[in-house]
Amino acid sequence: MDLSAINPAVLFASLIVAATPILLAGLGELVVEKAGVLNLGVEGMMIVGAICGFAVAVGTGSPFLGFVAGAVGGALLSLIFAVLTQYLLANQVATGLALTLFGLGFSALIGQGYVGIKPPPVSALTFGPLSDIPLLGTILLRHDAMVYLALLAVPGLWWAINRTRMGLILRAVGENHDAAHALGYKVVHIRLAAIVFGGAMAGLGGAYLSLIRVPLWTEGMTAGAGWIALALVVFASWKPGRLLLGAWLFGGITVLQLNLQAAGARVPVEYLSMSPYVITIVVLVVMSARGGRAAGAPAALGRSFHATH
Amino acid sequence: MTVPLLKIEGLTKAYPGVVANSDVSFAIQPGEVHALLGENGAGKSTLVKMIYGLVRPDAGRMALRGVPYHPAKPSEARNQGVAMVFQHFSLFEALNVAENVALGMENPPPMKQLAERIRAVSQEYGLPLDPGRLVGDLSAGERQRVEIIRCLLQDPKLLIMDEPTSVLTPQEVGILFQTLRQLSGEGTAILYISHKLEEIRTLCDEATILRRGRVVATCTPRDRTAREMAELMVGQVLTPPAKAPKTPGPVALEVRDLSVASPNPFGTALKSVSFSLRRGEVLGIAGVAGNGQDELLLALSGEVTSPPQAVQIDGAPVGHLGPNARRALGLVAAPEERLGHAAAPDMSLTENALLSAHVRKGFLRRGFIDWAAVERFAKDVITAFDVRTPGTDVAARALSGGNLQKFVIGREILQNPSVIVVNQPTWGVDAAAAAAIRQALLDLAAKGTAVVAISQDLDELLEIADSFAALNEGRLTPPRPAQGLTVDQIGLMMGGAHGMDVAHRHEEAGASA
Repeated sequence: MDLSAINPAVLFASLIVAATPILLAGLGELVVEKAGVLNLGVEGMMIVGAICGFAVAVGTGSPFLGFVAGAVGGALLSLIFAVLTQYLLANQVATGLALTLFGLGFSALIGQGYVGIKPPPVSALTFGPLSDIPLLGTILLRHDAMVYLALLAVPGLWWAINRTRMGLILRAVGENHDAAHALGYKVVHIRLAAIVFGGAMAGLGGAYLSLIRVPLWTEGMTAGAGWIALALVVFASWKPGRLLLGAWLFGGITVLQLNLQAAGARVPVEYLSMSPYVITIVVLVVMSARGGRAAGAPAALGRSFHATH
Repeated sequence: MTVPLLKIEGLTKAYPGVVANSDVSFAIQPGEVHALLGENGAGKSTLVKMIYGLVRPDAGRMALRGVPYHPAKPSEARNQGVAMVFQHFSLFEALNVAENVALGMENPPPMKQLAERIRAVSQEYGLPLDPGRLVGDLSAGERQRVEIIRCLLQDPKLLIMDEPTSVLTPQEVGILFQTLRQLSGEGTAILYISHKLEEIRTLCDEATILRRGRVVATCTPRDRTAREMAELMVGQVLTPPAKAPKTPGPVALEVRDLSVASPNPFGTALKSVSFSLRRGEVLGIAGVAGNGQDELLLALSGEVTSPPQAVQIDGAPVGHLGPNARRALGLVAAPEERLGHAAAPDMSLTENALLSAHVRKGFLRRGFIDWAAVERFAKDVITAFDVRTPGTDVAARALSGGNLQKFVIGREILQNPSVIVVNQPTWGVDAAAAAAIRQALLDLAAKGTAVVAISQDLDELLEIADSFAALNEGRLTPPRPAQGLTVDQIGLMMGGAHGMDVAHRHEEAGASA
């Protein structure tokens, strides 16, 4: 094994890229869960976003329109979840799982004609001479716009959740929907908006996979990224800042796994690919050992709301 | 006469199957404290929800200061000066005081200014509060202050209070009443919902009494006795439970230095609880919710075990035994939570009867269930306790709260226990049914059963208990004879005003509630 083949700066740069899809999807799911809804369909929304984005980008030749389509695709799929769980009061866990299965199958159907095609390339932003700064330039300043968008979304969402009235109402709905209703907030509408936002973010994450990270369309190409995004939200204990760290950690493991393989390490790949989940389990155990409140889960998470009057 | 602040005429609201309010009319003057009185299910909540804009009336008119008033949502009601303090359901535990207050306001100022205003208003009304604290860490009394401050910040003309004192110690009630009088002196009208008659007599100027959704009487509470109002409320003559004279027998239940951790992460551990109870004696245990009541029931019933000597039934150590072993020895229990703890919600009454009674009634024969006998037993419970149900095959969840409560208490009583432990035996039960349950407990005691009654209803405890103790943060005060105890003394046993002693310091001399 030859570890010198791994360049730390390049490794970190590719880690940021690898983290972007799960960061986007994770941020979306974080908002959904803050509103008290557990949508397990992230994987399905991501892959639908991936194929919608891919198809539109190929059709129009515009990656920008591709990302818009990815977000719209994810949002539309999440709307199915929203109607089922918020209006028809279906079980959120079962509906979320069904959404994932549906998304995987549906995307394979749309994607039939797109296998083996290359999408229009997305150029990295250049910051002039800044991008040539050693190390920092390599790590941070030679990415595409989506990477920066995802990074900016972290402080943006933190601010929105913790400092704005909208965020306060969102947290209130996720904390105690009966109380929020009694104070006159439209619980179902707020949750609906959160779910659609989460779907759009997951769709963006999926489109990032098929348009930039891979960039190709293959069936089932998300390969569990949606589940990692879900685990990430718990890992981050519903805090955007920690979610970024977690995304880098999980993204780092993916990248490291590839690099280690290339370097001929004799660690079985399976151990590395399972590590995000193992880490999530460990974090969950540690958090629950520290007591309920430390975990920071929204109190109404996964509970259906039905106004009794 | 001046224009009333709020005038309600012919308000009607029907839900499928029930008429919640039918042709309700009354008026409130500025600065008046108006009581809305009625049993559970009399339509009080629906009525105030209509005033607060949560529910739209089917028919009828409301006028605020003579102007037609029909709020479509709570924010409209708040804009017009109507504020409401909820019984529960309206605070967010994971948010801090200031955020909770902000959520109840239309246009809250920036957080820093809001925190300042909360401090100022809370001092002015003698309800000290720290705006930065998490609501989840506050006591019940403090939480209520959050709700009241939230309303006061909007300068309400009408303040609706839904059963505000059910979670307070008598001292805290005193402080609340001073605040309410101060408000009413400043011209704020208060619509006060309760079924605690003595409170209404001390606080309220006028009372409207509802029964089955209709106004059955209006009166001036100070001129009526609590008994008269209770009879108006229930619509029948109430007989207070009769205590038969009795001579206590040998010790049936001995609890010695019982300390157990709570199974619930937010629960209260029991700390060195000791008491002994003779056959035929009723021990009333008071306390504000969350001071170890649930844990005491679990430790006595056997759901939480302890060192063997800590709990003894008829001298036999049972601390290490589970519920069925204790039932076999004569101790039965009826927990507070009816659905999911006392009864399995989706199982029929017959099955529920079997679950707790098979040990003492011998319903199992060589491991097989004698369904005919269980059925007979369930029917006995239903007849003896007047449980209103179409039959024994109905799921427990289909019964109303009061009927299910009668069933689960009756199921334990008919097992002829030597010790019975009940937690909140009449919670959410209408007055007539509550009287029946209390009488049944007293009858059981007269037959020589030792009764432990845990309750937050002091009047209930004073009515049935021979001796009296209080739980405060998991510690039990030494039991005292109930005879001659005053409500003030009991309040002090319950822990006084939970750190609110500084409130209303300047008015302390005048405090008599």
